[in-house]
Amino acid sequence: MRPAGKGPLDSLYFNYPNFPARHVPELDGIAVRHPVVIVGAGPIGMTGALVLARYGIRSVLIDRKDTFNDGSRAICLARPSMHILERIGAVAPFVEKALGWRFGRSYYRGEQIFRLEMPDPPGEKYLPMYNLQQQYIEQFLHDAVSACDLVDMRWQSELVGIECRANSVSLGVSSPAGDYRLDADYVLAADGARSPIRSMLGLRLKGENYEGKYVIADIRMDHDFPTERRAFFEPSGNPGGTVLIHKQPDNIWRVDYQLREGESEEEALREENIRARVSAILADIGHEKPWELEWWSIYSANTLCLDDYRHGRVFFIGDSAHIVPIFGVRGLNNGLADADNLGWKLGLVLNGEAEDQLLDSYSPERRGATLEVFANATKSTRFMTPPTRGWRLAREAALSLSLKHDFPRGLANPRQMQPYTYSESPLTPYADRDADFAAGPIGGSAAPNARLADGTHLLDYAGNGMTALLFCDGSPNYAQAALLGQLGKLDQRFVPLLIRCQGSLPQARAISDENGEIARLFGAEPGAFYLLRPDLHIAGRWKAIVPGEILRTASICLGRQMP
Amino acid sequence: MSAMPFEDLEAAYEMLAMAIDSAGAQRETLFLTRLVLLLSHELGDITAFRNAVGAALEGLE
Repeated sequence: MRPAGKGPLDSLYFNYPNFPARHVPELDGIAVRHPVVIVGAGPIGMTGALVLARYGIRSVLIDRKDTFNDGSRAICLARPSMHILERIGAVAPFVEKALGWRFGRSYYRGEQIFRLEMPDPPGEKYLPMYNLQQQYIEQFLHDAVSACDLVDMRWQSELVGIECRANSVSLGVSSPAGDYRLDADYVLAADGARSPIRSMLGLRLKGENYEGKYVIADIRMDHDFPTERRAFFEPSGNPGGTVLIHKQPDNIWRVDYQLREGESEEEALREENIRARVSAILADIGHEKPWELEWWSIYSANTLCLDDYRHGRVFFIGDSAHIVPIFGVRGLNNGLADADNLGWKLGLVLNGEAEDQLLDSYSPERRGATLEVFANATKSTRFMTPPTRGWRLAREAALSLSLKHDFPRGLANPRQMQPYTYSESPLTPYADRDADFAAGPIGGSAAPNARLADGTHLLDYAGNGMTALLFCDGSPNYAQAALLGQLGKLDQRFVPLLIRCQGSLPQARAISDENGEIARLFGAEPGAFYLLRPDLHIAGRWKAIVPGEILRTASICLGRQMP
Repeated sequence: MSAMPFEDLEAAYEMLAMAIDSAGAQRETLFLTRLVLLLSHELGDITAFRNAVGAALEGLE
């Protein structure tokens, strides 16, 4: 909602563009079979299109609106999302505009009780978190989409029907330029929390709703505080309710405040009440100067998801597949990981480089990630909006003891989003090889990054197919060289990286590791071998090469073998 | 006092919240008092118990 007298897109800082409907070939009766149609041009749909484009796959992207989202308002991008944006060639404007951060503070009755410090290993290229308004996220992605010949972006194009056939999907589209049918091999439903595709297919989200309600308000003010997450429990500015404050670019601040139990939603959402509550909260943090109201909304936490993220040739990505609580910034970030996970798999399958059965791994991997998010989010939601008297009392006891005691302070940890580990996935068939390592990232986890002597980073050299890291002291031996050759035959995109090797191999890049930092990071002795997937998760690691297992892992990641 | 691993403390926190709910508002105080008496017996250390009572009383409103 916006203040009285303002239009729905009348923002203090953002100019919403207006995208016209286009005349498309289908309107002239030219029937084209499209490899992929993506429904919904939000951040997830656009990222899906750009990941596919990275594999040379064309897509048609339709959206019923004529501009960017005014509704859902994500503001946090986590480090793994920055890597996804980097791989689709879109990260530069994000780095320039977004506010990076890694600290937070929690207060109880005005006193600081918890200091959040997110790990920031020295080799990483990006900070753990970046704050950026969703409008900018969409604008920057749309700039990348517009510059990409492989994405056919169609605004003001609403999906009105869907028919799933054995070998294709037929979509009905309605636009001001006319109505037409679109035929596709695959459809990505990136159509949001109220997904029309989900309804048309008769599918339902399942899970829990939480009662506690938060008002979300964006304001503009000149307020001198670093970019940190601040949580206020029992603040005098909002008695009986928790408050969260985040800084965004352009002097915009996000103020989330919890409504008291039994408070009328309708009353709380009236503009004068919003202004009064926000003023009291700002007075509490010492801001007495003027401020302007940009936008507000109401929110209650849900943990809902589909039983299966795949329905034949239709894949659900982002909020259409799962709705997670805002505490912990997992909605947008998990949606981007969905788009990345499905994008590389579908890209390889449509190119004939991987077999169709690879697509079966999308739903278990990403739904597994959602269920883990639910477990964490349920904990933080019960702390942020205690659902019953028992939870309220337990929280009050923990918070009040936190003033003098250290031990309960961790309970106020917001449990920010962490990348999911695919260790249970069929694409990680030799996770038991982790037992041979004393340290380093486990099978299925996201690969750590390392800063190299020339200022570049290790993962800059990973490919968009499988990537191998071979650690050695001298030259690769015959068996190692032969294995890399076989992997190259299996995967035309294969990139072998030789870490600390003295010698060299044709077509393999040698990366020097003079002080042994990369080896330490990966817990790797000479001879160790890591196999990375296109999304830079670890498909497997071996203390010394076991060619049969490594080739089988690569084959499974390309859908050529059954797990 | 022995330090409990955080995961265990968290589990205790959750168990406590749910137990208060299952005791019900009428019996909640009796439940909590019984719980503390049981724990003091388990603890077997009157000095530690006295300190805990002091710490829990401190800052009560």
